[in-house]
Amino acid sequence: MQNFSYSKAESVEQAAAMGGRFIGGGTTLVDLMKQGVEAPTQLVDVTGLPLATVETLPNGELKVGALVRNSDLAHHETVKAQYAVLSQALLSGASPQLRNMATTGGNLLQRTRCPYFRDTSYTNCNKRNPGAGCAALGGHNRMMAILGTSEDCIATHPSDMAVAMTALEATIHVEGPKGKREIAIADFYRLPGTTPNVENALEPGELITHVTLPAPRKESKQVYLKLRDRASYEFALASAAVVAETSGGHIRYVRVALGGVGTRPWRAHEAEAALMGKPAKTEHFRAAAEAALKNAKPQSENGFKVELARRCIVRAMTMATA
Amino acid sequence: MATQSTTNSPHGIIGRPVPRIDGPLKTTGTAQYAGDFHLPGMVFAVPVQATVGSGTIRSLDVTAAQAMPGVLEVLHHGNVERLYRAVPNDPNATVSETRPPFEDNRIYYWGQYVALVVGETLEQATAAAAAVKAEYASETPMVSSELEPDAGSRHTVSTRGKVDEAFAAAAVKVDATYGTPVETHNPIELHATVASWDGDKVTFYESTQGVVNHRNAMAQLLGIPRENVTVITRFLGSGFGGKLFPWPHCTLAAVASRRVERPVKLVVTRTMMFSNVGHRPLTEQRFRIGATTDGKLTALQQDALNHTSMVDNFDEGCGEATPYLYSVPNLKVTSALVQRNVGSPMAMRGPGAVPGLFAMESAMDELAVALKMDPVELRLKNDATIDESNGQKFSSRHLRECLETGSAKFGWSKRTPEVGSMRRDGKVLGWGVAAASWGAYRFGCSTTVELGADGKARARCATQDVGTGLYTIFAQVLAEKTGLSFDRIEVILGDTTMPEGPLSGGSWSTATVLPAVASAADGAIAFLLQIAASTKGTPLAGADAKTLRLTEGRVHRVGEPTTQGVPFEQVLTLARLNRVSADGRSGSAFEDPKAKGLSMHSFGAQFVEVEWEPEIARLRVSRVVTVIDAGRIINPRAGANQIKGAVVMGVGMALLEETVYDPRNGQPINGNLADYLMPTCADSPEIDVTFLDYPDYALNSYGARGIGEIGLAGVAPAIASAVYHATGVRVRKLPIRIEDMLQSEIRQAGGER
Repeated sequence: MQNFSYSKAESVEQAAAMGGRFIGGGTTLVDLMKQGVEAPTQLVDVTGLPLATVETLPNGELKVGALVRNSDLAHHETVKAQYAVLSQALLSGASPQLRNMATTGGNLLQRTRCPYFRDTSYTNCNKRNPGAGCAALGGHNRMMAILGTSEDCIATHPSDMAVAMTALEATIHVEGPKGKREIAIADFYRLPGTTPNVENALEPGELITHVTLPAPRKESKQVYLKLRDRASYEFALASAAVVAETSGGHIRYVRVALGGVGTRPWRAHEAEAALMGKPAKTEHFRAAAEAALKNAKPQSENGFKVELARRCIVRAMTMATA
Repeated sequence: MATQSTTNSPHGIIGRPVPRIDGPLKTTGTAQYAGDFHLPGMVFAVPVQATVGSGTIRSLDVTAAQAMPGVLEVLHHGNVERLYRAVPNDPNATVSETRPPFEDNRIYYWGQYVALVVGETLEQATAAAAAVKAEYASETPMVSSELEPDAGSRHTVSTRGKVDEAFAAAAVKVDATYGTPVETHNPIELHATVASWDGDKVTFYESTQGVVNHRNAMAQLLGIPRENVTVITRFLGSGFGGKLFPWPHCTLAAVASRRVERPVKLVVTRTMMFSNVGHRPLTEQRFRIGATTDGKLTALQQDALNHTSMVDNFDEGCGEATPYLYSVPNLKVTSALVQRNVGSPMAMRGPGAVPGLFAMESAMDELAVALKMDPVELRLKNDATIDESNGQKFSSRHLRECLETGSAKFGWSKRTPEVGSMRRDGKVLGWGVAAASWGAYRFGCSTTVELGADGKARARCATQDVGTGLYTIFAQVLAEKTGLSFDRIEVILGDTTMPEGPLSGGSWSTATVLPAVASAADGAIAFLLQIAASTKGTPLAGADAKTLRLTEGRVHRVGEPTTQGVPFEQVLTLARLNRVSADGRSGSAFEDPKAKGLSMHSFGAQFVEVEWEPEIARLRVSRVVTVIDAGRIINPRAGANQIKGAVVMGVGMALLEETVYDPRNGQPINGNLADYLMPTCADSPEIDVTFLDYPDYALNSYGARGIGEIGLAGVAPAIASAVYHATGVRVRKLPIRIEDMLQSEIRQAGGER
């Protein structure tokens, strides 16, 4: 049995100083503790901290506290109206019960559903045991990533919310023993490379306090499209978050991020470059989709994800420019 | 549609859509399932599972586990007491996995139990189980889904005419091979056993679909007299066949309890359920169908194969429905097995017929395409009037009416046959149809019915309600016979100390219990009327008992109003009786002269609409019309509920469900409810259920057959055919996946810019 201590933090400073694992909604951490994948010796409950509000800042940005529940964020009026891609992404994820518990900060840190990561009878998982190898290579890999993989890890990043936040170019604000800092979401998630155990830019003891979203792009249309086998309660096989603005039938602004295919929430810069200034037409969407998946490296069972992700981009762009 | 429901009840309670009487217990959480029993002094057992799929245990180090807090015992091959096997082929004492747990040190499949830790708490036992260290001489397990039959295992199931010649000569042919994957039973209630010894007697609180069989089998395995075993299953969170017979964990719980001299609870986890308590086996079926150019079948051959475990020979029986569903002069059905390093397969809802009909009805759809003939018309043209496998008459067969009624309700006449030709709201529609059938059975059953001086009627039977409404069926018969309302009726099931009733399987429970409970009720009422006639102090005293009746709970003279009668509890009180009771027995249909020489089956037709968005390869089942010919329906509400659930299960079979084994170690790698996909509410189509309601009096006096399994039969092939109609992709290997949909040449349904 894995014993651990539990304490409830009363301030952000105190939490950062305590040096344990932070627990918010617990939807990932408790699950993985039951599996034996996570074995923290000290849990610091941060749910009592004043980080559960959503507010518009004077500069027009939206500040989302790390403890805002996924359900509350999805149904927040400003989010629904100005950041629709985020609301749609949140509502496409998990189940209502999980969304009622899961927090913004926790969702950013949720860990992969790779079955070999989640089963400790496989010692060969570089995320859990750095240098021990990757059981997913040569295993059941239908759900695995096709972008950003390495010889050491092919696990998919599971979040829908983080994909939308990537398209929205969110900034993640953290506070730790060395003080406060902010990290652009593009710099937050690490590619697995040779160190799949290092998943993000957080330093020991750092707590996500909030996320800021840039001032709304009022002319934009936003779409989150998630493709999967069943209609609900399944991680994406491929998803696309699109924020687009057109004028005169031409694309003037576009951000595209992909889920279900990357080892991290995947910003599709190549697709954006292929779309900028082009007429909002299927042929250009298709070319952008080809560009986005140019470097895809499928495994034995997930080659279909390449074409599925392309079609996901084309459909999301079609919807966002209609 | 038939309306000849010949109810003999003044209240018409038979055939009425009454709510299930156990509903409130379940919605309020007061129904006690096996795992809910908590006995004084009870401790917990947690199995240790093999982490290789084939090999031998080289060493098992339990010293660390044994020393952990709260640990009472660690059982394994080296220290387990003598366990016996159940007698092979004993129909009254069947076990699911014939090898008793820990019998040898071989590993036959991934997840096999290699040790069992007993601890004071679940947490302590779980922690100690994780501390047991096993080393194996490991071999690469055989779990490949590429199937070649084991030598000598192919045998003929049914044959008539000269199928080779007829197929060779046929003008139009289909020759295709179909596959269904391993599907895992996933009732929401986990398998659970609470075993408790009192001297040399043991009681099981079990999650079983057959308390009587469970008792008989456990007595054999433990080497103790049958009368020393009691099995109790008050409620079951369903089983779908997975809980028909005992599994090794049941034996282990009893052995552990005997060893530590405390009651032991063992709950199988969801992940263990994917390796240790059965599955529908992988099947592969080659179908050859020959027909004339106008669509008359001339040859039909099915060569089926299913995998089984290394320790059992489970034959799925894919040819169940093939020999009698259609009229065809030349037919052959063969079946074969191939052993794999997997846990033993077990019957899953509609075993044999469900995967068999997926293949046959898909092949029929392919034949309709080849003939350019409407698939409903093809089936009507080949409808059988007798069971051509044995020349018997059908007791009641209305497949034609199922197809015709379904066509009308679905709007089938509006179907355009060309692939991808039907569109709606920017989506492509596909329409598919399949016929369905399932055997109609009745087995032996005994019950007791009593009328009590407390004014209540009670029925008792050692059968169990899997969750589909058997409690309510008993209550309906008691209400019919006594005229009492449900609040004065008690039904007590799931306890082997009561008269023996049937196993809950094969959709035969209703047909089996009806005649027994009716006869017991008639017997108890006959006693009551005699007592009323001979008891002084009532206006009925001295009457000829033959002139008395029990109506609305009152005994009265024939022809006189009920209100002039005497409440039956008053009669009993005057006679100084606590109750009158009678046993009722009915035999199996096999011994019944009325059923002799008749082929008895239920029939159905499934009509399916799928919506397909080619641009994103998104496929959803939008609408199902299902028409069922299952005899007289005793409770249309519970019945329709079963059929709807079965249709949703069919959506899962067609599009989602597949247990995947890691090829390197044989582990079911998607063994949890997030990764093993089953339909959610959002995946459930609009479902229209129609019962034809033709009583089948050859099966029993109520004319009822069974429902449940018939609702799943035919759903998957109807979906696969609808998918072909929408996409042009013929998927012969389930489940139908996005991967398959991406192969369609139809790339758009909506507009393009």
